[in-house]
Amino acid sequence: MKAEDLKNNKEYKYGFTTEIENIKSPKGLSEETVKFISNIKKEPKWMLEWRLKAFNRLKVLKEPNWQKPKYPKINYQDLYYYSAPKSASEKPKSLDEIDPKILETYKKLGIPLDEQKRLNGIAVDAVFDSVSVATTFKDELTKKGIIFCSISEAIQKYPELVKKYLGSVIPLSDHYFATLNSAVFTDGSFVYIPPNTKCPMELSTYFRINASETGQFERTLIIADKGSYVSYLEGCTAPMRDENQLHAANVELIALDDAEIKYSTVQNWYPGDEKGVGGIYNFVTKRGACRGKNSKISWTQVETGSAITWKYPSCILQGDNSVGEFYSIAITNNFQKADTGTKMIHLGKNTKSKIISKGISAGNADNMYRGLVEIKNKAINSRNYTQCDSLLMGNKCGAHTIPYIKNGNATSTIEHEATTTKINEEQLYYCNQRGLDQEEAVSLIVNGFCKEVLQQLPMEFAVEAQKLVAISLEGSVG
Amino acid sequence: MLNIKNLEATIDNKLILKGFNLNIKPGEVHAIMGPNGSGKSTLANVLSGKSGYEIKGEIKYNGKSLSELSTEERAQKGIFLAFQYPLEIPGVNTNIFLRTSLNSVRKANGEKELDTLAFLKLIKEKSSELGIDEKFLSRQLNVGFSGGEKKKNEILQMKLLQPKLSILDETDSGLDIDALKIVAQGVNSYKNKDNAFLIITHYQRLLDYIKPDFVHVLSNGKIVKTGKAELGVQLEKTGYTNLV
Repeated sequence: MKAEDLKNNKEYKYGFTTEIENIKSPKGLSEETVKFISNIKKEPKWMLEWRLKAFNRLKVLKEPNWQKPKYPKINYQDLYYYSAPKSASEKPKSLDEIDPKILETYKKLGIPLDEQKRLNGIAVDAVFDSVSVATTFKDELTKKGIIFCSISEAIQKYPELVKKYLGSVIPLSDHYFATLNSAVFTDGSFVYIPPNTKCPMELSTYFRINASETGQFERTLIIADKGSYVSYLEGCTAPMRDENQLHAANVELIALDDAEIKYSTVQNWYPGDEKGVGGIYNFVTKRGACRGKNSKISWTQVETGSAITWKYPSCILQGDNSVGEFYSIAITNNFQKADTGTKMIHLGKNTKSKIISKGISAGNADNMYRGLVEIKNKAINSRNYTQCDSLLMGNKCGAHTIPYIKNGNATSTIEHEATTTKINEEQLYYCNQRGLDQEEAVSLIVNGFCKEVLQQLPMEFAVEAQKLVAISLEGSVG
Repeated sequence: MLNIKNLEATIDNKLILKGFNLNIKPGEVHAIMGPNGSGKSTLANVLSGKSGYEIKGEIKYNGKSLSELSTEERAQKGIFLAFQYPLEIPGVNTNIFLRTSLNSVRKANGEKELDTLAFLKLIKEKSSELGIDEKFLSRQLNVGFSGGEKKKNEILQMKLLQPKLSILDETDSGLDIDALKIVAQGVNSYKNKDNAFLIITHYQRLLDYIKPDFVHVLSNGKIVKTGKAELGVQLEKTGYTNLV
């Protein structure tokens, strides 16, 4: 595809590229690359050793291939594993020192990093390719003892916390992509909420892939100490390119006794064009551990972008009475594919989990819900409720549901409900008769279909997400 | 306002309307009566622009051919259909649906869209006229509504959108006498010299409350008899058999 064609593709408004000078690692995956990343980040020895352990482990692991959406073999030697704006090589100390081009990029994306403009009282960590370029509202958070910074900074400043928790939910050798991430992760966010503290604002990370031939491997670690609460949101976009770019992130959440973490994602990576050329491979490992009693982790995701979305944000319910929730909207249009869902592993007594999944498929797309609910034999009196709804638009798309259910004791219950419906011509006609055009009608009906999930999002983002849902499906009916 | 000449409508290779003629002027109330399968609902669907019908003949609305307008354009230009079976749209708040609808119509007519506050004031007024509880408006559109509630909701939408031509497709079916009275009051209070009604019904009983200027008997896709309000009363006594 030519640059001109890309420009003409108006559907994806975040598809621009920022012309900026980059520092890149040597091409390809090697011990040198791992050392380069660790070195450029001036990491302590223990961190490099951890990375190399992962790298060595990776040599014996195989890429999984049980997923429904197949993709051409990725040449890992043809990627750059680190790309950073040259201007960020010395981490800017204040917003004034950030390259104006980067500030401009975030402004275009609707994410002002300028604190005076206060994005509705939301603290933002902005990750540009491989590095975190800015974190806002740091001082205000520090007063409460809350740590919100890039993971690179945390490795330097809070090594004890990082050592204790990094890899404690997603082990270093977990699976191919998680291990790859452990070896070459570049940046991401770190959050620590001290005991009995309610984080006073939404924390948010905005991920942007800019450079070409670059993989983004971010790593996020969130720890909610006893009795604390935090709500965290991530957003993502990337330029339009006709190559497929890999995004393989690891996100680990840890909730101690009586703590609650709410993690929301609005994923709008470039989905590829109408013919299915280009787009991001979004292969992400997200896992939360409800480690303490009465703890709660809630995942909400709105997945509208990416050529392939392949992820299962999961909860390990270790603490007694802990609660795990998963609310998901996955929209696939044109040639997009999604294989997504969750895993709820009940280990503690009286643990509860709830799964609400809404899959919408249009064009030639394929949408799969895949989920595991496993109640172990000691997790007595546990409950799960799962509801999977699929909405089909047109007759060339697909929707599939594969639930894996394992109940290890007689006192626990698991419920699973699933529906598949086609967007109803009569409903559309009814809306049209009331003066709504086709796009408005689809947007209304689809937003109604997704309501239970949308209302889980923080207010500021719910409106944005509703619009995104409508935009993602533009032109898919009629 | 509406001039229909030699209308033929076919669906799934079946000819339903077979040379249908009708003229409606502003301020008039027309009733179309007829047995099952005579083409009553087809007429409502064709006028509102439902897809799937093959149309021959001519339908002019305020001098313009209707066939060139999409369903939403007809609605925006003042054609309203009260559905026989109003659709349920799960997850969509009734208030939001009504506001989206009203603003789409306003926007198309170059009027300013109403903000939430102005809309709530307006809808409160309109719904109290029909004795509709406000709580009803925060429920999901038609989901779990009783038959009567659904029909009242249709009339509420009519009063809100202020159409020029209102088509009521068997709005009386499934209504108890109290609901029927409320629906009729709603129609009567909206009736004026600028707008017209086309009331499609099986029975005379709605016409006891809404007085038609003309009653037409539709049979086998054609109007076979036209008269004044008395024709409806007569039909109630003698049935359709003598006419069709």
